[in-house]
Amino acid sequence: MKLLRLKPGHGEIVLAEGDVEVPEQERELVEAFRRELDAGMWAAVPTETHAGRREAELVKSFAEVPRDAERVIFFPRAAGGAPRTAASGR
Amino acid sequence: MALALGTAAIVLLALLSELTRPRAVERFARARLRWRTRSRGTEQIGYDPGRERRAEQRARALLRSCVNDEEWSMYRDLGFLRVWGGSDRRAGGHAATGASLDLVGEAENAEPSPAADRITTDAGAGEASYAYLIYPHKPIVAYLPQTGVLLSEYCVAFPDLTRPYGSARLPDSDDVLAKWMALTADERRLIADANMHLPGRQIDPDRIRRDLLRLARWERERLYHDGRGASGADSLRAA
Repeated sequence: MKLLRLKPGHGEIVLAEGDVEVPEQERELVEAFRRELDAGMWAAVPTETHAGRREAELVKSFAEVPRDAERVIFFPRAAGGAPRTAASGR
Repeated sequence: MALALGTAAIVLLALLSELTRPRAVERFARARLRWRTRSRGTEQIGYDPGRERRAEQRARALLRSCVNDEEWSMYRDLGFLRVWGGSDRRAGGHAATGASLDLVGEAENAEPSPAADRITTDAGAGEASYAYLIYPHKPIVAYLPQTGVLLSEYCVAFPDLTRPYGSARLPDSDDVLAKWMALTADERRLIADANMHLPGRQIDPDRIRRDLLRLARWERERLYHDGRGASGADSLRAA
């Protein structure tokens, strides 16, 4: 699994890479994942449905990432300036 | 004698160092200032078109690996992406219809997209009656594919506040990818976080209508080529 981050002036950078089945590497992935979330990033996992449709899934913890996911992409959270409501504060 | 000479040499050295010290200190400070200015310049001011181009190439490769072939071809050929609405069924339904539909004027004479009849198969049992256009670093535009009526603009950005290389702006294709991921993953949340405006606030509605026409033509050509390819394959198989 690769953890990537979209970055201005660079494109994506690889934050961490490892096998989730290897405890030490998984720990490193979890730490890198938490660091990015603490920095205010959103994390998305590109997926493909059974019908072949491509979409993404936003994840809020490493436990939500499918074990077979090849990559998790971090990107800055959306900012539009709209007043936040209880429904949007998920 | 030797003692006297040694003492004189030490005194001479001390005097010389006292004389040269201010100049040395000044030179050192000037060099440090030059070094600081140069490094600040490359971090904050220096715009490197080569770097930006490489970043965009990387971003395009990543976008291509995430979206499907049709979406990639659309972005490559037309410069924007269309995403069907209502993909956020996990969150329980639609975000862009409702209030937006109240803002719509009468139907416009736009050409319906050839893909409009595929909406039900792509997005599920007749649910996606609207779609979005994603432009790089421009608002997301919601519209009705059957009629071409523009619904609203959703202003949303993904600023990186760490500002690497002095800019908070993602490369164009990364901005499109971020919008695509957020929209397909949690449409309702993205729309709630965005600023909603009537069409025309930031993007000229005429430009969007032209883009919808280009999209319709592009889809017709694609269907034609796909059909020709399929019939060619069928005839080959029959032979």
